[in-house]
Amino acid sequence: MYRDAILKKFDPRLDNILFILHELQDNNPQHYLANADIEKCADYLNIPYSYVHGVVTFYSMFSLKPRGRYIIRLCDSPPCHLMGSESLLDYLKKKLKVDVGKTTADGVFTLEITSCLGICGVAPALMMNEEMIGNLTPERVDTVLEERRQTS
Amino acid sequence: MNAIKAQINHMEVEVQEGTTILDAAKKVGFTIPTLCHHADLKPQGSCGICVVEVEGFPAMKRACMTEMVNGWKIHTNSARVRAVRKTLLELILSNHEMDCPICIKNNACELQRLAATLGMTTLKYPQNFQKKKIDNTSVAIVRNPNKCILCGRCVQVCTEIQTVNALALSMRGFNTVITDAFDAGLGNSVCVNCGQCIVYCPVGALYEKSCVDKVWEVINDPGKHVVVQEAPAVRATLGEEFGMEPGSLVSGKMHATLRRMRFDAVFDTNFAADLTILEEGTEIVDRVKNGGKLPVITSCSPGWIKFMETFYPHLSEYVSTAKSPQQMFGALSKTYYSEIKGIPPEKIVSVSVMPCTAKKFECNRPEMNSSRYQDVDYVLTTREIARMMKEAGIDLKEMPDEPADDPMGEYSGAATIFGVTGGVMEAALRSAYFLITGKELEDLDILPVRGMEGVKEAEIDVNGLKLKVAVAHGLGNARKILDKVSTQLKNEGKSEYHIIEIMACPGGCVGGGGQPWGSNMARRARRGETLLKEDKSLPYRRSHENPSIKAIYEKYLEQPNSKKAHHLLHTHYYKRSKVDGKVILDT
Repeated sequence: MYRDAILKKFDPRLDNILFILHELQDNNPQHYLANADIEKCADYLNIPYSYVHGVVTFYSMFSLKPRGRYIIRLCDSPPCHLMGSESLLDYLKKKLKVDVGKTTADGVFTLEITSCLGICGVAPALMMNEEMIGNLTPERVDTVLEERRQTS
Repeated sequence: MNAIKAQINHMEVEVQEGTTILDAAKKVGFTIPTLCHHADLKPQGSCGICVVEVEGFPAMKRACMTEMVNGWKIHTNSARVRAVRKTLLELILSNHEMDCPICIKNNACELQRLAATLGMTTLKYPQNFQKKKIDNTSVAIVRNPNKCILCGRCVQVCTEIQTVNALALSMRGFNTVITDAFDAGLGNSVCVNCGQCIVYCPVGALYEKSCVDKVWEVINDPGKHVVVQEAPAVRATLGEEFGMEPGSLVSGKMHATLRRMRFDAVFDTNFAADLTILEEGTEIVDRVKNGGKLPVITSCSPGWIKFMETFYPHLSEYVSTAKSPQQMFGALSKTYYSEIKGIPPEKIVSVSVMPCTAKKFECNRPEMNSSRYQDVDYVLTTREIARMMKEAGIDLKEMPDEPADDPMGEYSGAATIFGVTGGVMEAALRSAYFLITGKELEDLDILPVRGMEGVKEAEIDVNGLKLKVAVAHGLGNARKILDKVSTQLKNEGKSEYHIIEIMACPGGCVGGGGQPWGSNMARRARRGETLLKEDKSLPYRRSHENPSIKAIYEKYLEQPNSKKAHHLLHTHYYKRSKVDGKVILDT
């Protein structure tokens, strides 16, 4: 039902496809586009399912696999790299016991990497869902993860 | 229209406004190599092989999609053009699984031909591709992404011509791949198995799921009695596989070859096509005379049937319940033939040779077992039977003309034109006229339903009764007429049409997904004319005149639409999901 409410916010025009897909993904509890999301979007815009699937797979910000409640996007661009993002990535992988692109067994975190977040002044940085977090150290990462785990 | 004057390779050329560089060059004798380009499709320019230089422009232009401009000086064969073309081809080859000798498309591959045309003998770039999974989920069509060069023809055909939209481009960059929606495999998609993607694929990325090995196995098994039937359209195309001119008629040679391959009985689907006309024709006459549901829509094309079940299920009660000729034949081979020959049905293996990939899906439909066995066991496409004939060392060209075997081999001209768009309509009208009026139709050539126009309409006067008919081929064209009918039924409660013929493939079965490589609309038309010619040459041209048909009703089926006929020769339809193409059961 929540999907119908999302669709109603947009005119059924093809140029709204990315807005609709983003909103469907953000509101999916597992932060991904389920087949039901693709079907809803395609039916609303009166376009084939295969077309929407093509669009979804083209853009890296869409996922067809279920993801965690929190998506960690660690910046991998040169300034963050110089400030130690590589060892932070190793730390995160060990801490969460997952590889890049994977979700923790409890379904709370998904680990991804991203290109520049535009906050190089506080490198190394990551994005936790919509929130920016900079000046990262292993200790700060621990705190941030613990806070999120508590609230989930 | 303004004339455009320009130069190609220093030759003056004058063409109509709107002419592409590709066509203009051909006019003055230069063939620009192409790969993704196809005569039936809108140019996409995805491969870039047709690049040419135009003086004054630093970047090269794609000849297939650039229109001529006054005063242009074009070079199609400069050193730079040749070098760029070769580089482009090398890049394509570096990402292509080159196992040519064991590839299904060996000797018919457009990529292979292009490499020969460009004189490629070495490769600069190493092979650089990640092996992708072959899609084996469909009973009819296999997709091998390792061969795919991403030209996009299959997607174009599936979306623009067939409007099925099973295929689309997914992912990006090196990972780009052509998939169905949800990437669940063609067997779990809306794909209707028409196989037009196969017909248009320039390489070996799409092909039928082969039954060749299984058929050899049963032929070699002395405990099996293997009967074979061949669809109308196969006789107009099989010759192409043996180097004969497109449009060569090989009915007799085909029967002779199959006999020498040691099929135990060589029958003909055309016999069953005549039977279809009597069953379907009787249904039409009944519905027209007694106020039944109109229009009657034909049911011979299994691609169309799955399309209808998926996209137009509300029209299913308008579709004739008559099975396709293939399935009628299959049911009779294990009942009628089994009984008169005294061969137990479990020993009979029913093989069909079809121009069609959707027939493989049709024979596997669970309801197609009226004989209490699977009515048709194996479906071979025209390409598969040609491979078997070559393997058997028989040159079809050199064979004598032989008739098919009795009692299911005799056919009328009305049956043979089933293979071309408009043919089923024409055959049905010839017999319907007789069934309604008791008199024979004088002029048997019903011209308005012939030809390659996408949607054809006609009004036929049957002794004062005006029958409005429509014929569509290619599912995109079918949509046009079906949308019109749907609207009429919704708004007025009835449609202006009495009979509608629909064939899934452009041109009808002569353009089917199982036909020899190299189909285009011009070739489909030539194949169709061949069938119309055979029709004229046959002693009987109306289905109800076929003596073998009269015999089967006398001896076995009693009369059209009898209880027995209904059990063996009629079927029912389902509603299918637009997500995975599976049957949705009504609760």
